Amino acid sequence: MNPTSYLAAEAPNPVLPHPSEIILGLIAFLLLLFVLQKFVSPRFEKLYAERAERIEGGIAKAEASQAEAQRVLQEYKAQLAEARAEAARIRDDARAEGQAIVDEMREQAQTESARIVAQGQAQLAAQKAQIVAELRADLGRMAVDLAGRVVGESLEDEARRRGTVDRFLDELDAVSAPAGK
Amino acid sequence: MGKLVLAEGGEFVPPGAKDFFLPPIFGGVTKPMVLLVLSVLIVAAFFLVATRNLKLVPGKFQFAAESVYNFGRNSIAREQIGAKDFRPFVPLILALFTFILVNNLFGIIPFIQFPTFAHIGFPLALSVLVVYPVYHGVGFRRHGFVGYFKHQCFPPGAPWWVYILLAPIEFFQKFVLNPFTLAIRVFAAMFAGHLLLLVFTLAGEYLLLNGGGLLKLVSPVSFAVAIALTFLEALIQVLQAYIFALLSASYIGMALAEDH
Repeated sequence: MNPTSYLAAEAPNPVLPHPSEIILGLIAFLLLLFVLQKFVSPRFEKLYAERAERIEGGIAKAEASQAEAQRVLQEYKAQLAEARAEAARIRDDARAEGQAIVDEMREQAQTESARIVAQGQAQLAAQKAQIVAELRADLGRMAVDLAGRVVGESLEDEARRRGTVDRFLDELDAVSAPAGK
Repeated sequence: MGKLVLAEGGEFVPPGAKDFFLPPIFGGVTKPMVLLVLSVLIVAAFFLVATRNLKLVPGKFQFAAESVYNFGRNSIAREQIGAKDFRPFVPLILALFTFILVNNLFGIIPFIQFPTFAHIGFPLALSVLVVYPVYHGVGFRRHGFVGYFKHQCFPPGAPWWVYILLAPIEFFQKFVLNPFTLAIRVFAAMFAGHLLLLVFTLAGEYLLLNGGGLLKLVSPVSFAVAIALTFLEALIQVLQAYIFALLSASYIGMALAEDH
């Protein structure tokens, strides 16, 4: 067998396509295209969308947590300022209250002492009046007794009648009172 | 085939177009057809397994799949079509990129070693029957029938007399040429690359077996070049898949653009 002559007879023009190859090429490619279009591409695109979403979601989450932290910080600062103001206010209040209490106590003590003094004075005055009254009665009686003994007659009735002793004592009072003052 | 030739012990027969058209494996089924179906299975299985249980924090395998998906989605589709409209086209661009990439890489994978897209029928099917209708379709839908022709053939910013030349050129390029250049670009790269590898591999083999005396010493050089070219091919194969997807996205982007 001579391969050269065998092949030379067969050798077709390589630039002319075989219809069977065109058809087979087309069908094979369309099959592959179908598989890629129907299954492969959607799966990849879904994955990419998921991935992009995951990344964007992560960024959004980080932003949200940062905003939350910022908000909490503001809140905390506000609370701190409020607490400081509250403390200052309470301190002022306490000072004012303490002052008020001290004033009140002082006033009370003054009132009390004044009352006690007044009471003592009243008591003294009452006792003095009582003693004076007693003394006056005793003095009258003794004076009358003495006078009776001196004069030798009972002046009692007479004296009572005329109020001599009282008159005498009143006069004494009147004389002594300006001197006592 | 090369072995057959060498087994004859005869003259060195350089590889040619015939080497791209091996006899069918069975019936009308040829090697590229099997490889094409295999590539669909590989890509579909890869993505289906990778996306079966997606996690927010990806594992190694998911990360690899995500990288591929992101490359098609962000680096190609979004860049070319714009952030506003790119979403519906992501599967198309991703499918184009991965499908062509795997088929191209078949060219350097041991035992497979055939870039499917060296058969022009396959890239033509993608460019003429898939990309072409899609980008003109969305263009017509976006701008209306007349509006789209005007949009495509009369790029703004030129004096009126330039359009006498420019409009036919633009029309010819966008409605006739584009799908074919798109297909031929990857086809030619794969065809030429595979041919290059064949030349150096077969030459190395022939020199080793049939070369007389000192000529045998040249054989390793030939193999070394073949290996170096394999790395170059890997780069070109990835690049061509990228370019095909990139240009497709770019056509769609241009068809959808509000103005040029």
